[in-house]
Amino acid sequence: MVAKNIGEPVLRKEDARFITGKGNYTDDINLRGQAHAFFVRAPVARAMITSLDCSAAEAADGVVAVLTGAQVAEDGLGSLPCGWMVLSKDGSEMKQPPHPPLAADRINYSGEPFAVVIADTLQQARDAAELVEVEFDELDAVVSVADAQSGPQIHPEVPDNTNYDWELGERDETLKAIENAHHVTRLSLVNNRLIPNAIEPRAAIGDYNSGTDEITLYTTSQNPHLARLVLTAFVQLAPEHKLRIIAPDVGGGFGSKIFIYSEETVVAWAARKLDLPIKWTADRSESFLTDAHGRDHVSEAELAMDENGNFLALRVKTLANMGAYLSTFASAVPTYLYGTLLAGQYKTPNVYVEVQAVMTNTAPVDAYRGAGRPEATYLLERIVEIAAQEMNMDPAELRRKNFIQPEDFPYQTPVALEYDIGDYEASLDKALAMADYAGFSARREASVAEGKLRGIGFSCYIEACGLAPSQVAGSLGAGVGLWESGEVRVNPTGSVTVMTGSHSHGQGHETTFAQLVASQLGISIDDVEVIHGDTGKMDFGMGTYGSRSLSVGGSALMKAADKIVAKGKKIAGHLMDAKSEDIDFDDGEFKVRESNLSKTFQEIAFAAYVPHDYPLEELEPGLTEKAFYDPANFTYPAGTHICEVEIDPDTGVTSVVKFTAVDDFGTIINPMIVEGQVHGGIAQGIGQAMLEHGIYDETGQLQTGSFMDYCMPRADDLPNFDVGMTTTVCTHNPVGAKGCGEAGAIGSPPAVINAITNALGVREIDMPATPLNVWQTLQNATHEDARGE
Amino acid sequence: MYNFNYHCPSSLQEAESLYAKSEDPMFLAGGHTLLPTMKQRLNAPTDLIDLAGLTELAGISREGDVLQIGAYTRHADVAASELVQAAIPALAKLARGIGDTQVRNRGTIGGSVANNDPAADYPAALLGLGATVVTTKRAVPADEFFVDMFETVLEEGEIITAVTFPVKGDAEYIKFANPASRYATVGVFINRHNDGVRVAITGAASSVFRCSEYEAALSSSFAESALNGITLRTDNFNEDLHASVDYRAHLCAVIAKRVIASMV
Amino acid sequence: MSIPISMTVNGKQVSKSCPANRTLGQFIREDLGLTGTHVGCDTSQCGACTVHLNGDAVKACTVLAVQAEGAEVTTIEGIGTKDDLHPMQTAFRACHGLQCGFCTPGMIMTGIDLVNTASRDNVELGEAEIREGLKGNYCRCTGYQNIVRAVATAAQQMED
Repeated sequence: MVAKNIGEPVLRKEDARFITGKGNYTDDINLRGQAHAFFVRAPVARAMITSLDCSAAEAADGVVAVLTGAQVAEDGLGSLPCGWMVLSKDGSEMKQPPHPPLAADRINYSGEPFAVVIADTLQQARDAAELVEVEFDELDAVVSVADAQSGPQIHPEVPDNTNYDWELGERDETLKAIENAHHVTRLSLVNNRLIPNAIEPRAAIGDYNSGTDEITLYTTSQNPHLARLVLTAFVQLAPEHKLRIIAPDVGGGFGSKIFIYSEETVVAWAARKLDLPIKWTADRSESFLTDAHGRDHVSEAELAMDENGNFLALRVKTLANMGAYLSTFASAVPTYLYGTLLAGQYKTPNVYVEVQAVMTNTAPVDAYRGAGRPEATYLLERIVEIAAQEMNMDPAELRRKNFIQPEDFPYQTPVALEYDIGDYEASLDKALAMADYAGFSARREASVAEGKLRGIGFSCYIEACGLAPSQVAGSLGAGVGLWESGEVRVNPTGSVTVMTGSHSHGQGHETTFAQLVASQLGISIDDVEVIHGDTGKMDFGMGTYGSRSLSVGGSALMKAADKIVAKGKKIAGHLMDAKSEDIDFDDGEFKVRESNLSKTFQEIAFAAYVPHDYPLEELEPGLTEKAFYDPANFTYPAGTHICEVEIDPDTGVTSVVKFTAVDDFGTIINPMIVEGQVHGGIAQGIGQAMLEHGIYDETGQLQTGSFMDYCMPRADDLPNFDVGMTTTVCTHNPVGAKGCGEAGAIGSPPAVINAITNALGVREIDMPATPLNVWQTLQNATHEDARGE
Repeated sequence: MYNFNYHCPSSLQEAESLYAKSEDPMFLAGGHTLLPTMKQRLNAPTDLIDLAGLTELAGISREGDVLQIGAYTRHADVAASELVQAAIPALAKLARGIGDTQVRNRGTIGGSVANNDPAADYPAALLGLGATVVTTKRAVPADEFFVDMFETVLEEGEIITAVTFPVKGDAEYIKFANPASRYATVGVFINRHNDGVRVAITGAASSVFRCSEYEAALSSSFAESALNGITLRTDNFNEDLHASVDYRAHLCAVIAKRVIASMV
Repeated sequence: MSIPISMTVNGKQVSKSCPANRTLGQFIREDLGLTGTHVGCDTSQCGACTVHLNGDAVKACTVLAVQAEGAEVTTIEGIGTKDDLHPMQTAFRACHGLQCGFCTPGMIMTGIDLVNTASRDNVELGEAEIREGLKGNYCRCTGYQNIVRAVATAAQQMED
């Protein structure tokens, strides 16, 4: 492998183990003498536990212990906290109910665990769980977002079931602009609840060493250090230095494995309590019930325009469902990851958004791929599409007219963010060409001739990624800093071990980061090993979410590699009797400028560890460098997605016949991996738009609790995607990267729905546009037409 | 899954006698309905009697105008069978559309028929083709075999040994699949022959049924237009997250017309 | 009820005793320690647990271990080695047909079955057929495009 490999589609290093079945996922780990945990879960959504008798379960074959919420409380285990403080309009702090790892007296959602059976085998634990005798006094559940504030109060700490009433932007200016506008487009819409469904279910193994008093927790986490911080500083599970968290190979996360859940907390606690390794792996049914769900907003919006279609103001009111407890990041999702994105790619001068977060007796809702930004994009790109209809303008041209222009950067939006760079028209133009927009009307005619409906829809999205400048995040309520750490360890033979605080659960960091570091150091990527996911190995790390790994984690590694080069120059200068300022480092060689003297990277590494001829009085031996990188700003990936659908009006079946995505992710290290990330994001976005919907019935029972009812995108549901890139390089991180993990899921849903409404000739349809929904919408439209005539 | 006693008899007689002796037994064929429900502890037989060892239950043969498919014949084998493809191509096509690759490599016609899932495919073929279900005790015409949701005329301990299909006329089956489960939301099987037309619909109602309204209309005129204006009785139609009663009723006509279109 | 069973797994004879209610998936993972076969659901849909039973792709979560008595079982660990990969394994890497890797063993095993079956039945294995043939395998990462490409690529190589 050549050294210069930035921008090359290098095949992935990690694949070698995954394609041969040698991956090491949490459930693949078995510790000697381990016991198994089975959680006893509430079959009802809201109830008081009036009696709980575990004696029969405790006496059952193989049972080691049955632990309950009361014991959790007795041991002083704290509540699972939400890490982001959001203030209401009146300055008051958000209302946060306690979230005990095991419910002690009250049940707040169906599937909530209130006891755990630990037994020699999983079968025994599960059998014994049926012997736990519990009685519930069932209460009316609060289920729908719309009714949450008027429903019975779920938590004493949360009046009106409302955590906060938050606002952003200039209210008065916005209202005035709307009042005086030439035209106002109004829209009510729902952002459907999603269930993440990484194919690897969550799992955890707690292990305790009484000799060292150290707990080791193997778990399916996107951010093991963050988990350790929360479990020690807040939950008080153990002192921070006595808890090691290992997140080995993790089979997809999409946000759902960021959070600190009951099960891993309990497994780690019980391992110490019982001095026994304890393993738990979720069934898919448990994943459905208890993994934090995503989205679930109800919104109203108004977009004001002048007579030429220039956007004047946007007003948004949103109710966001938080579920039964405030999950780890939940409060930030519908506020700082949502309201701040409502300017989109447009120079709308006034934007005002109000968000009320409400609690319901459903599983907690938190970040899911895109987290807030898909909701913002969906709202904005839907209302812009409808505005174009109402203004009788081409939807692409209305967008173009309102784009922030390249010369406007840095651009301060009315909703807090300062975009550093972008070229939105370039993406739009490229997407229009790739999608053959000009040929659409002919394709539509051809479809109509065959009795089909055809539609095209746009979405010009922007996202704020690369979470996050710590001081900005802190001023907005974040409980942690959001930098990243990286360490480059050059071994004496010149091979390199890279430690990163980012975590790969499908993103291919072992390859991308190896490319980055190898390129910086002029060595082969085969000589770079990237290690992540173990608090015992790397200093600290904030983990992977919010498309942050390359722009923040990669930047830390670049800085560390730069330090290696700087130290290497000093060593090389000593060895070649030159000043370090006169040493150039290029392609793996340290060269004395204007001479033919040079030393290879490997020679310098060896010299650093075998310092026989070495400036020891000025320089420490060894060649290991660390860096912490705190970004100066968010990054702003943006692009245009265009979806073309064909609909069979007889059945409502919609086929995505063409999907074009043109994205600007800044500098790209590995285009193959980036394209793969885009594919996956679009698949989840099409899933949201057409297939997926988490539904509870009025009693709080999850009706879509398995793959039999929750419709996951399959291979035959999806088309091939046409992916293109435009590039403006991020101005403030050394890599120049913006992040690519979430763009597909953010950009695609409105493109799909805009295409479907375009095909159907209707103003609105809710997601998911299932065959039933599309058919019903057509029926209603036909009836309305009939009445209209 | 609760534990159970596992038996793998080598003859039908042995299977029947094991069943008679066991407290709460169930027969196991391909297991693709039974095992998932056992894993979720919704089924808890004391004894599971695996029919896999009964070699006489597998295999496909044709004698004159009768195609016989052994009860333990997997969907994949029916789909790939040249005999079936030549005799009743619609049946091979139906088998090829059941579940997915892996399901078809395990699931059997006998298991599917005995289970009578209201959204299963095979019952539509049996009813549409006027097949006969052969059991250890008798031969039952398909018209009498399917009773209601998950219910057939099978008695305790009775084992399906084969299904025989008359080879006559032409036939076609089209399924409109539930987007999540891929079971039939509506599946229409039509068989046209010298004596008339048989139409069987699966997925729509609590059990597969013959659609007499469509049959009458198509017997006089085998054309899509013959179905215009026919309203189906929908009192026992299914309703779920993915299809309302009205939608299902509408789909019956749409899918039936597509079947007709592919046959004329 | 514990039952003695014997089968051939990846070419090796295995004899063990296991309870009747143990699935083939549990047996492979827990009794044989072959953890390349993954379990991703409990309703027989996701296909992560796909192995070959007497040459056919099946979901190991929906077969009892005792049903595999006397059978030949092949898992992801049995189709190729790091230095001598099966063409399907090579193609998945070459086409970037995997991200988190969790569904990958099942995908590869199903992909091999699709190619073998199509070749046996002499039917074309185009994009539509591959997409249809993979509907019993869920992937949440890739959007399937590169998986489909990988199966098509491997099909070519397996023919040659």
